[in-house]
Amino acid sequence: MSTDVAPPRAGRTGAGRGWDWRLALGHVGLVVAALVFVAPLVYAFFSALKPDNEILKMPPTLIGSQIRWSNFADVFAYGPFVTYISNSFFVAVAGTLVVLAVSATAGYAFGRLRWPGRDAVFVLFLGTLMVPQEVLVIPMFVVMQWFGWVNTYESLIFPWAFTAFGTFLMRQFFRGIPFELEEAARVDGAGPVRTFARIILPLAGSALAVLAVFTFMNYWNSYLWPLITISDYTELGTLPIGLSTFSTQNGTRWDLQMAASIISMIPTTVLVIALQKHLVRGISTSGLGGR
Amino acid sequence: MTLLAPRRGTATEPGGAAPAAPRRRGALARAERHQALGFVTPALAGLTVFTIAPVVLSVVMSLHDWPIFGERTFTGLANYGRLLTEDPDFWPALRNSVVFTVLYVPVNIVIALALALGIGPRIRGRGAFRVLFFIPVVTPVVANVLVWKMLLQPQGLVNGLSTSLFGIEMPRFLSDQNWAMISVVVMSVWAGMGYNMLILSAALEQVPASVTEAARIDGAHGLRMLVSITLPMISPSVFFAAVMTVISSLQVFAQPQLLTGGGPGNATLPLVMFIYQTGFTFQDLGLAAAGAWILFVLIIGVTAVQFRAQKRWVHYEH
Repeated sequence: MSTDVAPPRAGRTGAGRGWDWRLALGHVGLVVAALVFVAPLVYAFFSALKPDNEILKMPPTLIGSQIRWSNFADVFAYGPFVTYISNSFFVAVAGTLVVLAVSATAGYAFGRLRWPGRDAVFVLFLGTLMVPQEVLVIPMFVVMQWFGWVNTYESLIFPWAFTAFGTFLMRQFFRGIPFELEEAARVDGAGPVRTFARIILPLAGSALAVLAVFTFMNYWNSYLWPLITISDYTELGTLPIGLSTFSTQNGTRWDLQMAASIISMIPTTVLVIALQKHLVRGISTSGLGGR
Repeated sequence: MTLLAPRRGTATEPGGAAPAAPRRRGALARAERHQALGFVTPALAGLTVFTIAPVVLSVVMSLHDWPIFGERTFTGLANYGRLLTEDPDFWPALRNSVVFTVLYVPVNIVIALALALGIGPRIRGRGAFRVLFFIPVVTPVVANVLVWKMLLQPQGLVNGLSTSLFGIEMPRFLSDQNWAMISVVVMSVWAGMGYNMLILSAALEQVPASVTEAARIDGAHGLRMLVSITLPMISPSVFFAAVMTVISSLQVFAQPQLLTGGGPGNATLPLVMFIYQTGFTFQDLGLAAAGAWILFVLIIGVTAVQFRAQKRWVHYEH
């Protein structure tokens, strides 16, 4: 794709600021790669503006015989699409709040407090990171049956809100904060709760942001689990479930499906663009991102 | 635990694993213990109910004939026996998962690395390039797949361009026995490699300038610099990316489920899709749990092999 792009050679021509053909070639290569890369999304966007019967047409055109912005409005009138979107938002926001609360507190206990058995319990936490979701979904469904949670919001929110990943991320972050800060607060008589709330948590903004973004995305994009636990799509379906409802036995409404797909991409894309600095820093400081 | 090895260790470990802190008064320490318990209980309780219990339950289930509704009966290892010797779809599914992984992981990492190298410090709009290549990582995989499903239709963009520009009729990407898997791989690489690009970009940024400078003075340039200096320096991150990507690709589900439906026949039906169908289409949760355990063992095994092999090519700073 772009293997011809020159590796970074910072400083080599640092003194002479003349024309650097390698750098120019690098830019050209990257722009070409970027264009190829976004082409599917761009074409999907323009397809979402076409009349349905012109989307699969030979030869392909970027712009159809008319530009139908109304496709985007029609998506919302097609079935319970508004319900899908609001369900996805509700589940993603609720799940993220639970994950942040649980991970920050546990991360603090593991990273900053001393208690017997801490390291053994932490290893147990880390061990569960190796168990993939796909192994858990089958027994999780039975757990949901026991709780009476099959086909409920609870089943969409809670089962994946306690994974060790968030705790691990926060613990790593908290351990990087200088202990002198905390000792000073302790000397002034503040206990762990106040130290946590007043000193540690306010410093954890970027780590919490990284965790929040990845958690929100995981919920927003989740597909396998809602497919398993939700049977009543019109009431409890989430957006990824809803996206596949534009294909029926009577064929596929490609125009609406593309418009709906584009709509579904907006929140997480906006999130990434808005928080790009946090994301890159978060990945480089924590060493890992979402799962 | 072992997954953390490739990370560069935190430089300082204040008051960490080794309780090197000065002795504190007993009452204070006791209060801290109590409050620590409060801090950790929600996470521990949730993890117990929603991870540890299901893992144990999964073992139990795999030893039973366990339908979604109705009587369950203990059957010992019969489910595993059925999968390994009788079930007509299990081995093809295992093969498909392996084929997908073998194709997907190297392509993903090579492209991600090329992009991470390409988006160097002197590139204008560096941040914008990074975000751009990262976008499909964060958009719903279902939406990504549906876009590609449109592109790869016989009358879709890819065949349309090829036919009208070059007069070349492309194969049926989604229904051809061989091309279906390639389509799933290409689509998945497009959607997934931005994540590794970011990981490797972050690693490249942490290569100390003094090292590359010294190598440059010694006459290393271009490819030589890449192979002898840069790649070894970031090899822990490449290793991390490889391990994580293998794990995630053995769990591939949504792409084949929506792009090809596992077809044609079962040519693109991977293990997770097999487990899903066994459990929820055929409502045989016991057999599905057994399949999930075989998948887990496969993941652990492959990861272990990668860790064994890392001595040959991964360089850690000491």
